[in-house]
Amino acid sequence: MVENRPLTNFCSHAVLIFAIAIIAFPIWITFVAASHDAVRMTQTPLPLLPGDQFFINLKDTFTQGVGNAREQSVGLMLMNSLIMAMMIAVGKIIISLLSAFAIVYFRFPFRMGFFWMIFVTLMLPVEVRILPTFEVVANLGMLNNYWGLSIPLIASATATFMFRQVFLTVPDELLEAARIDGAGPMRFFKDILIPVSRTNIAALFVILFIYGWNQYLWPLLITTDKNMYTIVMGIKQMLEAAEESPEWHLIMMTTLLAMLPPIVVVVGMQKLFIKGLTETEK
Amino acid sequence: MLKRTHFNPSPLPYLLVTPQILITIIFFIWPASQAIFQSLLVEDAFGLKSEFVWLDNFIELFTDEIYFNSFGRTLLFSSLVAFLSLGTALLLAATADRIVRGATTYRTLLIWPYAVAPVVAGALWMFIFDPTLGIVAYMLEALGYDWNHRLNGNQAMALIIFAASWKQISYNFLFFLAGMQAIPKSLTEAAAIDGAGPAWRFWTIVFPLLSPTTFFLLVMNIVYAFFETFGIVHAVTKGGPAGATEILVYKVYNDGFIGLDLGGSAAQSVVLMAIVITLTVIQFRYIERKVEY
Repeated sequence: MVENRPLTNFCSHAVLIFAIAIIAFPIWITFVAASHDAVRMTQTPLPLLPGDQFFINLKDTFTQGVGNAREQSVGLMLMNSLIMAMMIAVGKIIISLLSAFAIVYFRFPFRMGFFWMIFVTLMLPVEVRILPTFEVVANLGMLNNYWGLSIPLIASATATFMFRQVFLTVPDELLEAARIDGAGPMRFFKDILIPVSRTNIAALFVILFIYGWNQYLWPLLITTDKNMYTIVMGIKQMLEAAEESPEWHLIMMTTLLAMLPPIVVVVGMQKLFIKGLTETEK
Repeated sequence: MLKRTHFNPSPLPYLLVTPQILITIIFFIWPASQAIFQSLLVEDAFGLKSEFVWLDNFIELFTDEIYFNSFGRTLLFSSLVAFLSLGTALLLAATADRIVRGATTYRTLLIWPYAVAPVVAGALWMFIFDPTLGIVAYMLEALGYDWNHRLNGNQAMALIIFAASWKQISYNFLFFLAGMQAIPKSLTEAAAIDGAGPAWRFWTIVFPLLSPTTFFLLVMNIVYAFFETFGIVHAVTKGGPAGATEILVYKVYNDGFIGLDLGGSAAQSVVLMAIVITLTVIQFRYIERKVEY
């Protein structure tokens, strides 16, 4: 702060608090809706203060399921989302680490060709090539399983670029020292490079976990088996069912459950999250 | 680009890049070239034979009024989302930057919408604006304004713009705040000694120095609004009412998977690819320019 202006300070706090109230409003309403019973949720105006049914709804959501989606359990969908998010995050980190290592530490024919091939993936989000990618996955027999959910989303130019950047800042002396001590490339990779880029790996993991958890279009296309639905997709199914039997208290409870893991990750690992966000995107 | 010291030549680097290159070829390059190839074909109604028609699909696309309208809507949608979320985020970052006490708390409370999936964000906004039950729709009605986004195209558009901007504010906020914190304090202090007030300092010092961040965010927001908002549209409006919210990404999906117009959908994919490539190139040129400073 440059100078003390009590009035401006007061206004700044007021603006921020007002903005937070607006931004948090949808979540507050969700929480309130998840804490009332079915009857209350059909009477207008809907409540603005929480009721006392929160834990009962929580139990019902897990034991009964919701709407059309009744046959598939919310627990299973959460599990599918978790597996998919973990596979995408871990898979992306591993293949990006390996290819960044190859590109930075080796001189070999077609090195730049490979680099550009990876770069191209930056330009082709899944949304622009959905039909042909779907055909490829169908031909490979990867519909309705975890491999199909995660592997096509695993290639990532941004992660490779970030690790390349990190490796370039690692002092050359480390490699020289390792070579004098007789360490081979993989030994150097495992014992020196991975430990020095630990924080970056963690930061990237936070971003990729959220990316994976929040995938929607891709799982929507390739899963037809109810046992493979993810929670984010499940909410869409429930919204459709809501037009006939609005069970908003349970739908909103499921929505809360679907938001919770990524929000906990973002808020709990805030420093890593900000690091990951600002470093991968630039 | 390459380390001055490196390992001796061996087949190992090929082995290391293999997983990534395989996935890139199988799931990126091959499908993309398929899309380009398919966009030049017309299939008969049973999908038995296809005919090579050169650019007919594209000509059809660009003379199609529905596609043209969808394009216009997408531009409107993405510019409003970018404007709304960038404006709000800039205001919030500027206020958060000058606060000493509680800045971290405010930041924590502002960043979490980033973690909410687009489709979930859509569900939240759909619920509070639900024409029969929604709390905001109820308040609007009490004020004498009739809200029904299922029937009114403009209201449906407004709703997906709100939901999309809401989700993007945190992202923009973090980048603006980081950008502002990187501006040397001595500049603002010098201006303050010369008698410039906070608002004047913002417009003459902070905002011009932020322009690289603003430009970067503008491109990122347009990319976001073009491609990542599929979930919001699919959950809230399904492109309706009467196509009023049918943005390009939704149309590719709808024409390809629901309408099964393969050639047309592929041509739309190619147009979208061209847009992403243009935006990425713009982005990279700007990064190169920044490095030269």
